[in-house]
Amino acid sequence: MPTPPDPSSAPDPGRTARGDWLAGAAAIAPAMVAMIPFALLLGALATEKGLSPLEVALMSGLVFAGGSQFVALDLWTHPAAWASLGLAALLVNLRHVLMGASIRRSMGDFHPLVRVLALLLLADEIWAMAERRAAGRGLTPAYFFGLAVTLYVGWLFWTVLGAVVGARLGDPAAYGFDFAFTAIFIGLLAGFRRAPAFWPVIAASALASVAAKTLVSGPVAIAAGAATGVALAALLAAMRPEGSGAAA
Amino acid sequence: MSVDLATLLAILAMAAATIATRLAGLVLPAAVMARPRVRATLEAVPAAVLAALIAPTVLATGWAETGAAVAAGLAALRLPLLAVVAIGVAAAAGLRAAGL
Repeated sequence: MPTPPDPSSAPDPGRTARGDWLAGAAAIAPAMVAMIPFALLLGALATEKGLSPLEVALMSGLVFAGGSQFVALDLWTHPAAWASLGLAALLVNLRHVLMGASIRRSMGDFHPLVRVLALLLLADEIWAMAERRAAGRGLTPAYFFGLAVTLYVGWLFWTVLGAVVGARLGDPAAYGFDFAFTAIFIGLLAGFRRAPAFWPVIAASALASVAAKTLVSGPVAIAAGAATGVALAALLAAMRPEGSGAAA
Repeated sequence: MSVDLATLLAILAMAAATIATRLAGLVLPAAVMARPRVRATLEAVPAAVLAALIAPTVLATGWAETGAAVAAGLAALRLPLLAVVAIGVAAAAGLRAAGL
């Protein structure tokens, strides 16, 4: 029976699921707009590699991870080598393990099945926006799915459109659009600057990531850089008296 | 409009890998994660991952990217995200056009 929710039972009477959903959708909008040229490019590249628009839709819908989709298309052969493409996707997306372990702490009120569904839609931008919300007003399922569904539908639509219109699009780098992701991540990074040991941690991560990239491929280097920063944070936390970390 | 079997297998392998990484964070034991030191460590994860993601572009691509990152970083201290993106993209395009 579709009964309207009792407002008095809500944790915060000023918040509605609809309002939170719209707030999430609005928060992810800049990232989605920035993503459009890349989604079109991905679709166009996939067409060049011989994928049909339906296959692009399946990939975007089932994988929904742009970085690993670009890497996969770069490695694409005929017939497609499923083992190496699966392994590449695993490495590119290893960072999701850390992100999931981190954001799930803010999903305590989520129904277990809702939490699984939410994590299945995890992506860099969604995760970062969700962390920011969790650090402020608190994360609700409605806000998370406002972020996730908006980006998911946008990614699916624009990658398939890219596959349909083909390879007639310009190079995003010519307009500086390729820098949009970096700019988004810089903006999100600034939001965490009051976290404990922020500067040493990001310096360690950045330097380790750049150093690792001279030895291994990008995705592995990103994982190594992040692991170095997190290891330093763990070291610094262990040097503080037990219990002080909880107040931070 | 067709789906090639090898292509479908590859997409399913990629999906399986991605699902595994997305759900792995969920099965790590919750009791361990409640400890203050573990929490302090996990609180550092967002910044660490973001810094590692952007570092190769910011530090080791070219002066245009480094300059655009500085512009975006300064903007990020005061302006909303969309303005940060606009300034970063404009700076990257401008500095590249200037031959940096």
